[in-house]
This record gives sequence, structure tokens and C-alpha cells, in this order.
Amino acid sequence: MTPLAVSIAGAIASFTLVLVVLELIRSHRLRERYALLWLATGLTLTGLSAWREGLNTIAGWVGVRGYPPAVLFAVGILFILAVLLHYSTVISRLSDQNVMLAQRLALLEERLGDDATA
Amino acid sequence: MRGPVPDTAVTTSPAGALRGLSDLRRVAIVPALNEAGALPAVIDELRAFDPGLDVVVVDDGSVDRTAAVARSMGARVLRLPFNLGIGGAVQTGFRFAFENDYDLAVRVDGDGQHDPSQLGLLIAPVLAGEADIVVGSRFAADADGYRSSRTRRIGIRLLARVVSGIVGQRVTDTTSGFQALNKHGIALFARDYPHDYPEVEATVMVFRHRLRLIEVPVSMRERGSGRSSITSLRSVYYMVKVLLAIFVGLFRRNVVPQEDAR
Repeated sequence: MTPLAVSIAGAIASFTLVLVVLELIRSHRLRERYALLWLATGLTLTGLSAWREGLNTIAGWVGVRGYPPAVLFAVGILFILAVLLHYSTVISRLSDQNVMLAQRLALLEERLGDDATA
Repeated sequence: MRGPVPDTAVTTSPAGALRGLSDLRRVAIVPALNEAGALPAVIDELRAFDPGLDVVVVDDGSVDRTAAVARSMGARVLRLPFNLGIGGAVQTGFRFAFENDYDLAVRVDGDGQHDPSQLGLLIAPVLAGEADIVVGSRFAADADGYRSSRTRRIGIRLLARVVSGIVGQRVTDTTSGFQALNKHGIALFARDYPHDYPEVEATVMVFRHRLRLIEVPVSMRERGSGRSSITSLRSVYYMVKVLLAIFVGLFRRNVVPQEDAR
């Protein structure tokens, strides 16, 4: 069984993540679209930390004997990988769009004549 | 004309009958993504409704001849360098309307699902000073033959419930992009407009800025060409996103009545 202190600390830390993400959305510093994965991460980890029997059961399913909280680490790492992969796709899209913007700007300047580049 | 057109006399009020309309500078914002097929009919119908209406097509990164077709018909074209999604595209139109000091803007989708001959219904309450934003609702009266996927219908209903509860006024169609706005509405949306699936959040935003929004019943047509930007599979994602946005939005302070920003 997971030590109680680990469960409490895990639940508090995960739930803090949820609150921070919500505050970032509220203050317009994080778009909902990019917040969803973070919220899923925080809520899942909060749930797994608080639901101690469940964590035990899942640890049994995946063959983790002796120290169930290892499942928390595994799930956390999986989510972080998902977030990173998501951001890689976002960065790829942004860099494509940046190229298009620069090209469109160059074409526009050419159309406006030399004055625009002075 | 394509698709079922309502045959009731009430829905086809020519713009000339609207008192005071000709004194206003008015613009139709037409977001379009790969709608070269449907666009000519939409522009023709807009002109037939009101020859004095400036038509601005916002080309949201189309890969077909949407921009060229619109230009050849004498419309102004705002061509986005890449696809911004419907929210970003429509806001481009609102910014254009704001910067060019239009008194009245209508939004009509480029796919032909909104019938310009019904614009009179939307414009009349704005002209009468009864509302800042008028939304054409498919569900305000009897849903007139509107068909769409089941997921989408359920989603639209659920969102309507949630939004009605929050704004304290019955709103039946939070996903309608068939709208008319006065200067206050234009100024608000030019400054701040949601992304992706904008109408739901925009509705809540309008009320929080203490603008007056009313719905009038309209009927919509089957899409002429092109496809909905929202498929059934993505509906769930959008539902979660929109509900999150609405929920978090409730905790935002300093939502003050929007005065003219210039």
C-alpha cells in the first residue's frame, strides 16, 4: 500500500498544478487549447494520488510489486511525454506559418515599392 | 438559388423597407474557406438584398479560387496567409469594419447556409435600437428543417442550456454565425473574439460586457458546398474546450461595458 504521506503530498502537488493552469487561463496567459492536456495531467495524477486502493490495483495490473507510487511516476512521465510531443507539433506549425508570414511580407513590400523598406 | 428557401413572405423583407438603413455605412462580413463554388451565389444574394452593402470576404487560407472569385465579383477580399480558424477569420472582418468605421455589420457564412434574404429580420432590431447584436437562431421558434449530426445537435442544445443559465436570458442557438451588429458589437468583437468555436464564448462575453443580444428565428439551408469546420469527432473536444473557457471566464474580473475604443 502507498504510504499515506506520499498520497497526500502527491494529491496536493497535482491539484496545485490544476489550480495554476486554471489561473493561467483566467489571466489570458494560457489558451484553453493548450491547457487541456495539462489539466488532464493534473486531474489524473490528483485522482490516482487520492484514490489509494485504485493505485494499488493498477500497480498490480502492470506488475509493479512493492512500491505502488511508482505508477504515479510512470503516469506522470507519460503525460509529460504527451505534452512535449504536442508542443513539438505546435512549434512545427508555428515555424511553417512564420515562413509564410515572412514571404507574404516580402511580397507586399515589393508591391509597395522602395519606400516601405527604408 | 440552391437548397430549400423559406417561402413565407415575412422572411423576405427587402432592405429598402428598413427605415434608416440607407443612412448607415454597412458591411457584410463573409468568412470563406474553399468556397469558390458557393461564394458567387452568396454575394449575388447579398447585393440583391441590399445593393448598398459593402461585401468583405475573409479568405481563411483557401487553396481554391475563393479569393479570385470574390475579387472578380467586386467584393473586398481579406486574404489570410494561412488558416486561422473561423474565430480568427471572422475577427479579421470585425477589425476591418471597426477600422473603417462602419455603423452596421452583418456576418453571413460563405458556404450559403445563411440566406441573405432573411437579413432584414436581423437588421430591424439593430436599427430600432433594441439590440447591439442580433443572432439568427434555428431553434428560437420551430426548427425549420435544420439537419445535422446527432452529436452536434446534442452539443448545440447542451451549450444553449449552459449559456442560458449563465447569462440569465434564454438563448437557443449559441452556434449560429448569422448575425447583425451595431457599432458597439463591432468594437467589442474587433477587440476581443474567441478562437476555434467562437460563437458560444462570444455570446457569454457579450452579456458580460452588458451589450444587448437578442435572437430572431431564421431558417438555414443545407450547405451549398464545402464542409462544416466541425465534424462529429471533434465536437467532443470543442465541447470540453468551450465549457472550460466559459467556466474560467466566469472568474475574470474587470469586465466593463465597452465604450468606443477610439
